[in-house]
Amino acid sequence: MADELTPPQRQPAAPKSAPEAPRAPWESELTRALQERFGGSILECSSQHGQEFLVTLPEAAVTVLEFLKTGAGFDYLVDITAVDYPARPERFELVYIVYSFKRNQRIRIKIKIPDGFQPATAVPVHLTADWLEREVFDMFGIEFAGHPHMRRILLPEEWQGYPLRKDYPILKQDEAWVRENLGIDSSQSNG
Amino acid sequence: MADSTFLDSTELVLNMGPQHPSTHGVLRVIVKLDGERVLGTECVIGYLHRGLEKIAEHRTYQMYAPYVDRADYVASVSNGLGYCLAVEKLLSVEAPPRAQVIRIILTELNRISSHLVWLGTHCLDIGAITPLFYTFREREYIMDIYEKYCGARLTTHAFRIGGLQYELYDGFEQECRAFCDLFLPRVDEYEELLTGNRILVGRMRNVGVLTGEDCKAYGVTGPILRAAGVKWDLRKAQPYSGYEQFDFEIPTGQNGDTFDRYVVRMEEMRQSARIVQQALERIPDGPIMAKVPKVIKPPVGEAYVSIEAPKGELGYFIVSDGSTQPYRVRIRPPSFVNLQALDKMARGSLVADLVAIIGTIDIVLGEVDR
Repeated sequence: MADELTPPQRQPAAPKSAPEAPRAPWESELTRALQERFGGSILECSSQHGQEFLVTLPEAAVTVLEFLKTGAGFDYLVDITAVDYPARPERFELVYIVYSFKRNQRIRIKIKIPDGFQPATAVPVHLTADWLEREVFDMFGIEFAGHPHMRRILLPEEWQGYPLRKDYPILKQDEAWVRENLGIDSSQSNG
Repeated sequence: MADSTFLDSTELVLNMGPQHPSTHGVLRVIVKLDGERVLGTECVIGYLHRGLEKIAEHRTYQMYAPYVDRADYVASVSNGLGYCLAVEKLLSVEAPPRAQVIRIILTELNRISSHLVWLGTHCLDIGAITPLFYTFREREYIMDIYEKYCGARLTTHAFRIGGLQYELYDGFEQECRAFCDLFLPRVDEYEELLTGNRILVGRMRNVGVLTGEDCKAYGVTGPILRAAGVKWDLRKAQPYSGYEQFDFEIPTGQNGDTFDRYVVRMEEMRQSARIVQQALERIPDGPIMAKVPKVIKPPVGEAYVSIEAPKGELGYFIVSDGSTQPYRVRIRPPSFVNLQALDKMARGSLVADLVAIIGTIDIVLGEVDR
């Protein structure tokens, strides 16, 4: 589309906030075991599009991961990622995806955290979490407490700003960094 | 110590890359050495970061489809399949049977071409120059099929959300069949040239060992996991696109070393050709596109869909806010996660083996950095 190629004089879009999605309750032996073990830390067990997920208290996420790994066979951490909802009081949704080879089942664990909250690192439970958490930090600025080396992974280490936050416009870049390290003035506007 | 010079030091820090052919792209590995032994490595990545996930939030669902091809550009058809399946999941539509079979044919051809690139470059890295010319010769047939089908060779954008845009061209079946008939004996030829080759086997055996437990701990999937003896392939474990209707084997190894990965990938190419042959026999008639609105607005929700890409589990986590643009697209790349195990594999090995290990992970930096 033409307007994508030539950036118009457009204000950064006001942060959109996604409405809540419809979901079905999820009940199984696993959710009962989790509720028995963690009680009020498990806020929700639901499924959507046939995919099950848990919402837990932010502090409980890593212990839930550990319980799932040792007690229920979820020994493969597929992914850690985040979603930014700037309009919500708990701005970020942190999503852990785990898979069990034994059960052939994949579930997601989600926590909702405000800006500045430091969730505990999952590296002691799953080694995979190392780079995945660094990428979440790089893109969203969520720092993981206790991570062995919490620093950027894809962007240059001195880069300012966290690109996947919704208030970071798509054409924005760290102009000071570009000028200093590449010796050019940025041709991109802060569109 | 004041008296020591650099000659007294036994540790040496060496930079490999980012501009070096054996790193398969712009990967920089900082290696700490004691003589020839690797004490530790650290990967510096991100040179090819294009912000694919950010771009997704500013494109419509259809407009973003060509972008995913640029993640793993030697297996672009697989990328497209994963993305289309994820959006279809959000829309609760399924591609018609004819489209699904054609998708499988093109995806399996893509697996072969991706493995051919791996085989050629991997052997080149460890001193066998000839296979590169052979594998690229065979890959050319697949590229020609793609070019005739959709006009592009590398970043194909072959699939659409809900099915396919293009009907098969006249002679597609014959060309695919001819390719399989030609290709299967050629794999035997490669094996004749390589599998019994003492130098090559010496460079690969017991190099970069990763056990099944290590693989799970590091989240490593794909041929590396299977070479460690774990019989796990998403096409069998959680079939998509109708893979359950096809008869194929999951090759596995025992030692989880570079040689086993080589054997597994060689066998996977044969199995892919088998799937293509079976699929060609049963392309059903019918439409190639499901009923998908012109403006795609998936209902609010999120879904994670993953497929068995040539390099491992490739997943798309898409969040929809009900608008025409995705609220968030997360690409779970197999190369990025697999590369993390490089340090584990390389510790204690020789510098020369490090090159073999990078080759055996089969990374594509476009996918690592996105």
